[in-house]
Amino acid sequence: MGKNYPTTPQEVQEMQIETDILIIGAGNAGCYAAIEAKRQDPSLRVTLMEKAHIDRSGCLAGGMDAINTYIKKGETVDSLVKWSREQAGGLQRDDLYKTMAELLNQSIEEWEEWGLPVKKGENGEYLARGRWDIAIHGSEMKVILAEKVREYGCEILNRVVATNFIMDGDRVVGAMGFNIREGKFYVIKAKATIVATGGAGGIYKPYTNDGTDSHHQIWYSPFNVGTGYAMGIRAGAEMTTFEMRWCAVRTKDFNGPIDTISVGYNAAMINARGEKILAERYAHLGGDKAPRYIRANAPMEEWLAGRGPCYVDTTHMTPDQIKDLKTDYLNERPSFVLFLASRNQDISRDPIEIYGSDPYIVGGHTASGYWIDVKRGTTVPGLFACGDVAGGTPNKFVGGCAAEGMLSARGAIDYIKSGMVSRINVDESLVEKEKNRVFQPFVRQLNVGDGITPLEMEERLQRLMDEYAGGVHQFYRMNRERLEYALKNIAILKEQAKFLVATDLHELMRCNEVIDMIDVAEVLCHHLLYREETRWPGWQTRMDFPEKNDDKFNCFVNSRKNLETGNIEMFTRPMEKLVD
Amino acid sequence: MPPKVDLQKCDGCKGEKEPLCVAICPGDLLMLNEETVKAACRSTRDCWDCMSCIKVCPQGALETKLPYQLGYHPARLIPLMGGKRVSWTCVSQDGKVERFNYKNRN
Repeated sequence: MGKNYPTTPQEVQEMQIETDILIIGAGNAGCYAAIEAKRQDPSLRVTLMEKAHIDRSGCLAGGMDAINTYIKKGETVDSLVKWSREQAGGLQRDDLYKTMAELLNQSIEEWEEWGLPVKKGENGEYLARGRWDIAIHGSEMKVILAEKVREYGCEILNRVVATNFIMDGDRVVGAMGFNIREGKFYVIKAKATIVATGGAGGIYKPYTNDGTDSHHQIWYSPFNVGTGYAMGIRAGAEMTTFEMRWCAVRTKDFNGPIDTISVGYNAAMINARGEKILAERYAHLGGDKAPRYIRANAPMEEWLAGRGPCYVDTTHMTPDQIKDLKTDYLNERPSFVLFLASRNQDISRDPIEIYGSDPYIVGGHTASGYWIDVKRGTTVPGLFACGDVAGGTPNKFVGGCAAEGMLSARGAIDYIKSGMVSRINVDESLVEKEKNRVFQPFVRQLNVGDGITPLEMEERLQRLMDEYAGGVHQFYRMNRERLEYALKNIAILKEQAKFLVATDLHELMRCNEVIDMIDVAEVLCHHLLYREETRWPGWQTRMDFPEKNDDKFNCFVNSRKNLETGNIEMFTRPMEKLVD
Repeated sequence: MPPKVDLQKCDGCKGEKEPLCVAICPGDLLMLNEETVKAACRSTRDCWDCMSCIKVCPQGALETKLPYQLGYHPARLIPLMGGKRVSWTCVSQDGKVERFNYKNRN
């Protein structure tokens, strides 16, 4: 072990910070929350706690090639609300979606003003890439946003990993975590806290998980491991719709986005026989306009039926279009261009192969996450949520996460100004307890010198979830008995966490991440178990309940950890339509 | 997809608090090898290929290497960051060169 960081909790230096608004996670949503808080009231102290570096953290680290929800001329907030609900199979919080949609365009137009190049058509309007999509050159969009956060005078703590909220009774009054450069333990007290840590990748085994270097060849940011969900679960926050997983059609092996090709260049998905899959086999469900989960699952059903491999048919594309397409990828997932080059693939002759991704929990695409109100307040007072970590609002995407960031800042400010937080009382024994929990893998390494590495535990969890909770290798299928098997083993893994060992601060972060992943996996399995129907084939395929059951399940499935018993308690909330 | 470090070109960003690639990696995967005083990737399997480190390197010492499961040797993709533009050079497995140049900031 190195000597420049502590190896026992007693040696750990404690950093005490007091702030007005603490934002955990400085991705797209967190940055917009920070900017909006400062705009609303420049006198507020706004602190961002970021486990990576704000310039390249979160989903936008590599960039983005399109904004998938922008309300163009001729469309309205209500038409978008309706479209999104249909795409999500009928389940969405219309109240949340509507308030988010009202701010969508502002966030994108501001980003452009700050430096993001948005492609324009001949009429000077944003260049359309689909009904709601516009094309951008977004490779540097996160860097641009980070500059703005600094300009507004927000305090940025890079390389500080959040581990748990600070509680004052039933209120959240900040968060704790540790710095992975010096090993300092951070106790950040805040009048209001906003969680914006993103969704959860890596809960399931990816099919690219070989012994060599392609383990993280997944679509979602693999560094978003669901920490914000886990912190909420451990604080007794109500969660919604985890069972609506995001499993997407991606380019095969590389797991790159395909909307770029299929929406951007009108390339149809075809099976091994050259049949247009959606038009020929899913016409009754809307064909090319079928709900997103149908489109996401279709190539996998073809593969399973013996009609794979499947492709997006790029053979009609002109050389100019191919150049544009590659430029799009360079803006979002640059190494996809390298991938094509490594295969000498001329996509005007050889179409691009597609396959399903490993499942993710991601509230920017589906409705999984914290159960929140229109002010983006969670069920725990003092805690607000935005972006991928916030539930109820599927199809938010980049613009929606930004808009929701702004809403969460306004909600947090209202909470502070309501005078509900007069004094923050923190029980020091809870801080001590958390410090011991976080640094436990160092203590075990020092005292015992033998145990389980975070990689071992992560791989055990990933295979368990893949095989028993509907991973990509099982074509997303599951039943009661498999899910119960998964839960039984998750309970063992939770018990085994005490054996985790770390030999440096990076490993210590990985240990804490895998603990978070297991907490998310547990809640996910309970959600999958509870919904005894198949509402979104692929995203949620119950082989023992293959049909949709509207009588019983046209509602939200929610959960809360009972902090006294430790049990995950399940219940439902009604679906309310605001827009017809 | 792990970044490959050219040990001839990497100078460990001597003037900086820590090498720029170490500061920027979203996965905390790059580190300073204290013996060589050059950048090194601590866990190649955990790289997401976002290319943040490649773009930030002032020496052009880092290059994305495609895992062999995904693509055949030896294709290359190299960005050159300008002030408000980026140019990319892509060399396919069989040696064909393709270039891209466009505005990435207003």
